[in-house]
Amino acid sequence: MLYRESGDFKVSYPADQQTFPIRFDRLAFWITLAVAFFVVPFFINDYWANAVLIPFLIYGVAAIGLNILTGYCGQVSLGSGGFMAVGAYTCYKMMTAFPDLNLAFCILAGGVTTAIVGIMFGLPSLRIKGFYLAVVTLAAQFFLVWMFNKVPWFYNYSASGMITSPERTMFGHAISGANATPAATYLFCLTFLVLLGFLGRNLTRGSVGRKWMAIRDMDIAAEIIGVNPLMAKITAFGVSSFYVGVAGAMIFSVYLGAVEVTEAFGIQKSFLLLFMIIIGGLGSIFGSLVGAAFMVMMPVLLKNIMVNSFGWATDIAAHFEFIIIGGLIVFFLIVEPHGLAQLWRIIKEKMRLWPFPH
Amino acid sequence: MNIKRMMMATAVAVSVATPALAELVIPSLVYRTGAYGPNGIPYADGYADYFALLNERDGGIGGEMVNLIECETAYNTEKGVECFEATKDLGSLVYQPLSTGITYQLIPKATAADIPILSMGYGRTSAANGKVFSHIFNFPGNYWSAASAVINHILDQENGDIKGKKIALVYHNSAYGKEPIRTLEELAKKHGFDLSLLPVDHPGQEQKSQWLQLRREKPDYITMWGWGVMNQVAIQEAANIRFPMEKFIGVWWSGSENDVIPAGMKADGYKALAMHNTGMDYPLYDDLKKYLYDTGKASGEHAGTVLYSRGMYAGMLAAEGIKTAQKMTGKSNITAGDLRDGFEALEMTEEKMASIGMPNFGPSFKVSCESHGGPMVTAIQQWDAKNKTWSLITPFSPGDMDVINRLIAEDSAAYAAENNLSERCG
Repeated sequence: MLYRESGDFKVSYPADQQTFPIRFDRLAFWITLAVAFFVVPFFINDYWANAVLIPFLIYGVAAIGLNILTGYCGQVSLGSGGFMAVGAYTCYKMMTAFPDLNLAFCILAGGVTTAIVGIMFGLPSLRIKGFYLAVVTLAAQFFLVWMFNKVPWFYNYSASGMITSPERTMFGHAISGANATPAATYLFCLTFLVLLGFLGRNLTRGSVGRKWMAIRDMDIAAEIIGVNPLMAKITAFGVSSFYVGVAGAMIFSVYLGAVEVTEAFGIQKSFLLLFMIIIGGLGSIFGSLVGAAFMVMMPVLLKNIMVNSFGWATDIAAHFEFIIIGGLIVFFLIVEPHGLAQLWRIIKEKMRLWPFPH
Repeated sequence: MNIKRMMMATAVAVSVATPALAELVIPSLVYRTGAYGPNGIPYADGYADYFALLNERDGGIGGEMVNLIECETAYNTEKGVECFEATKDLGSLVYQPLSTGITYQLIPKATAADIPILSMGYGRTSAANGKVFSHIFNFPGNYWSAASAVINHILDQENGDIKGKKIALVYHNSAYGKEPIRTLEELAKKHGFDLSLLPVDHPGQEQKSQWLQLRREKPDYITMWGWGVMNQVAIQEAANIRFPMEKFIGVWWSGSENDVIPAGMKADGYKALAMHNTGMDYPLYDDLKKYLYDTGKASGEHAGTVLYSRGMYAGMLAAEGIKTAQKMTGKSNITAGDLRDGFEALEMTEEKMASIGMPNFGPSFKVSCESHGGPMVTAIQQWDAKNKTWSLITPFSPGDMDVINRLIAEDSAAYAAENNLSERCG
């Protein structure tokens, strides 16, 4: 009923190949975007922005990035935390070296530098596969974090080794620093997510993405049909690292404002991103976003319910949070190993036929 | 549509949670879970119990009940931000996050929100310069005065000459652990000792290589900036290489019962800095026992331990700040801005501490607009493993103020330049 396809005729290839072929989906997408851009900024407050929406948007970018590498190209990476750090520190160096430079360019510069670093660490992927590649990227994680901790130039020789983001404005509104309004930072991050999501979606369904998927499904077969594995893997590492770097730069400049590399970009961040894409769904842009939403919002939601609504002690609530989220992850992976995106796909199939399933 | 449902449920949960107004709201960013939980719990208990006592015994502060809102951070900066955002609009008066990382993050945010931060003996050392950091207070001591106090103690032990001596710093590889390095380097230049630095990565369970290196280098003294399990492991490792404990000096965050008890008798003689006294020999404990422990309102499980005392001391300083602000404004229901002014006018005297029931508990000092760092005096405490007690072995004395003040001026000037701040205090 809801997902009616009858009467929705496609008369051209572009119409048939579009991202949302069903009208209802398309409408829902545009309405969500319109609400996100034109309604939410008027109602957003500091708590919603800084505790829920901004982390979700930023982790969404990072999850799309990791999904391109792991979900689309099949290269497991445990180095995302380190790559985020590259983005963050590049952004910091740019911000402090060029105080007049627009923050957006600093963030993009973070992405580009991370892409280069990512390609460097991606080179071994031509020889090493699977678990062994995971170990190489793990080395990248530890090396990068160690380097940012060790070399004082990266943190401008500050006494504590922390980097703090100075205030930067855009169109007269502060985006980073203490005076940033929640609406401005939210719109800033949302724009990045929408643009990068759009780019990611179109990369993955174009020839580049098809090459990635061919490599993922069987690299020898892909090579035989003419896919250059060097280019495919390198582009996947480059694009993925660009996304992750942008996310790292935003975490530092917009979201946290002050960052200490071991704590903010440690190995647990790499695992968090990996959880996001596994729970959300490998090889799906939508899945990346759902996964990010799950991992960011669930703890906050549970905390608010248990501590504020039930009035439980904070430590008991924190322990329950671990149990519940762990349990939910196991539950979702048993019910649907292909992630929440696949679950959503099945629901859509059912809704298409509902209420007459036969 | 999962997301939307979640958002709605969160919105409901948030809106339900708004507490009643017209009381003194004090957020308590605690960590009772995670790698540093064992150290976070006694501190959080001490902090909570002090305010609970004021509520039970005096009906709050100046007639206003204290509403303590706990928020679990697990020593994690992202959760710290979430806690800050969740509590800052509830009329929160002061933040004491007990984490250098979270403090760094809150410095600009709290300043913009006009809420003071009291980072007692942690956080950004140069915040002691009130001319630059308007809302941040770090009395009575900070990392740089602590570093200097360690060196001063070593000077005392060596009769004033430590030229050519080897001193090693074992530190938590984070903002917190790195803070003393610059001061120690300056002091090394001044006194001519060799400084070697040994970082230990979070959480600090794995220190074999560092202690192997220490065994090879044979330093004359070891000082430590550790937290959580790192302290216990380090003290155990020091015992394993038979390093003389009285030459092993930890910062005040590396000197609690949690850290020394696991090593048993081998930890006997271990030294640590102290910014306040400890133990149960204070009249305040009679009240705590009468109003809280005996009535079951608090467990008192950690009462008298170093970190419980520190939490209590933190609560006491905040409460005294509130009292000062109430006196200054003449109203009992003060705002966070009033409390900031109150902290700036805070004066801790012997008589005041005695009247609270904590005579000689900490140093007496006076805060001013220029100096948010207090007296920066530190004592040395030593562990007696037989009786399981810490006792102060030196009086509270100041560090090398020339060096510290110079470094504070440098670092705060850098912060002011980075953030386009002009100096306050006329």
